[in-house]
Amino acid sequence: MIEIAGVSLALGGSRILDNVSLTVPKGGVTALVGPNGAGKSSLLSLIARLRPLQSGRITVDGLPVDTTPSRQLAKIMAILRQDPGVASRLRVVELVGFGRFPHHRGRLTAKDHEIIAASLEQFDLSDLTPRFIDTLSGGQRQRALVAMTFCQGTDYILLDEPLNNLDMFHARNLMRTLRRIADEHGKTVLIVLHDINHAASYADRIVAMKDGAVVASGQTADVIRPDILESIFGFSMRVEHIDGRLTVLHHA
Amino acid sequence: MTAGSLGSQGFAYRAVGAATLLALFVASLFVGVGELAIGSLADPEALRLIMISRLPRTLAALLAGSALAIAGLVMQTLARNRFVEPSTAGTAQSAALGILVVTLVWPNASLGWKAAGAAVTALAGTSVFLMLAHRLPPTQPFLVPLFGLVYGGVIGAAATFAAWHLDLLQYLEVWMTGEFSGILRGRYELLWVAGALVVLAWWTADRLTMLSLGRDVSIGLGLNYTGMLRLGLVIVSAITALTVVVVGTIPFVGLVAPNIVSRFAGENLRHTLPGVAGGGAALVLACDIIGRLIRFPYEVPVGTILGVVGAVLFLVLLLGRNSND
Repeated sequence: MIEIAGVSLALGGSRILDNVSLTVPKGGVTALVGPNGAGKSSLLSLIARLRPLQSGRITVDGLPVDTTPSRQLAKIMAILRQDPGVASRLRVVELVGFGRFPHHRGRLTAKDHEIIAASLEQFDLSDLTPRFIDTLSGGQRQRALVAMTFCQGTDYILLDEPLNNLDMFHARNLMRTLRRIADEHGKTVLIVLHDINHAASYADRIVAMKDGAVVASGQTADVIRPDILESIFGFSMRVEHIDGRLTVLHHA
Repeated sequence: MTAGSLGSQGFAYRAVGAATLLALFVASLFVGVGELAIGSLADPEALRLIMISRLPRTLAALLAGSALAIAGLVMQTLARNRFVEPSTAGTAQSAALGILVVTLVWPNASLGWKAAGAAVTALAGTSVFLMLAHRLPPTQPFLVPLFGLVYGGVIGAAATFAAWHLDLLQYLEVWMTGEFSGILRGRYELLWVAGALVVLAWWTADRLTMLSLGRDVSIGLGLNYTGMLRLGLVIVSAITALTVVVVGTIPFVGLVAPNIVSRFAGENLRHTLPGVAGGGAALVLACDIIGRLIRFPYEVPVGTILGVVGAVLFLVLLLGRNSND
């Protein structure tokens, strides 16, 4: 369970998050949606202790993120931010292998190699393993980063816009994989998504943010409603059931 | 699968590299003004020449070369830029300024104290450089080395001005131009500390590599990011200070050796660090041998030779990289 209580954040005089309180239950996929500048990425950074907590309290599995040793948190929570700016000339297999660092601290075991190979296979990277990441396309690099995050093998996985640069095939593959590890392995996935239909079809719960506050939170069917979507995004859109799937028609 | 093929290729590279180093090592023992034939080792006089002068000089070149290459590699990791190294971004100039200050305050200070003083100023100078470099836009990779040149130039000019004022210019010249002709037994041993720092870098290679994955990724993987940055700074500053004190500034090693290796083997320091260290050692030793031969029986300082050789190599690397990408 991720518990967020009374978290506020101000950067350079402007208020990014305003007294956010939120509970993400253990297990399942929770999608974080909302317009640009809503504070989604900042909230994710705070949960993942990438940014110091200014006020309020955040715990993951009961561990306060600001006081728990970073090494310990790295074994239960993985984070992939948008465009993390990896400047190194590493091979794909080496980069993905660093995902196991919290567990092996430098010496890879046979089990680590197994997990790395499975992760490479999962994200369609097996043919690219010896390639240097600075020779990959944006989408291939994004997949390598996602594979590294998966390799970490944590109970909690935080992803900020992981579908960036991915083509339809790989975007669908990633969403289905997230769904599967949540269903089969009880992982907790917190994911920032811009495509509302990805959220509607894959997430169990949706948390909607706007102007640094949580404006709606609940089961997917309770949030994917025309009135709520309009209040979040500022224009009206249709919500239809197509073959039993909630689908938002926002192109009109 | 791929690890095997990479491994055998890597083994071949390493064997060739080790053979080259060994050949340079032997050559360095027998090249110089004092006459010394390979068959004359039984002669006690010849043995004395080797033990007192040639061997220390050779070891000094190997240690300084490998340590400077590693200092460059670590500095590039810290600055997240492939085109900086201690002698072009203010570290060496700060170290020289530090020795100047120690010499002024305490004229009879031992080499060790001078190195300590130089390490402190090098640390300060490099910290300021990195702080400012991190503010430059990452979309302009050439801005960082350019800024480094200006920054190093300003510190170097300040040191020159102070030395000129205090009539210590010829001392400063000694620290600014690397040369091994003055190396004798008892005058190079501090460089073993630089060698120990290379071992330290190798020991922490995984964590140094993670620095180049960026702050967010390394914290996410549980790395003590700030602690690792500090350790890297200490490695760069101490190696630079030690080499400047003992042999003077040797340019380009820290730029050329890591860039050549990363072209072929990437930047996973656990695998590339031995190659970078060996490459730096070979480069410096080769340039020192050239310096001994080019105007025989006179010597040209290794810093001067490397200024030319290194600049050419680096230009080739820069242009080659562009046409490749």
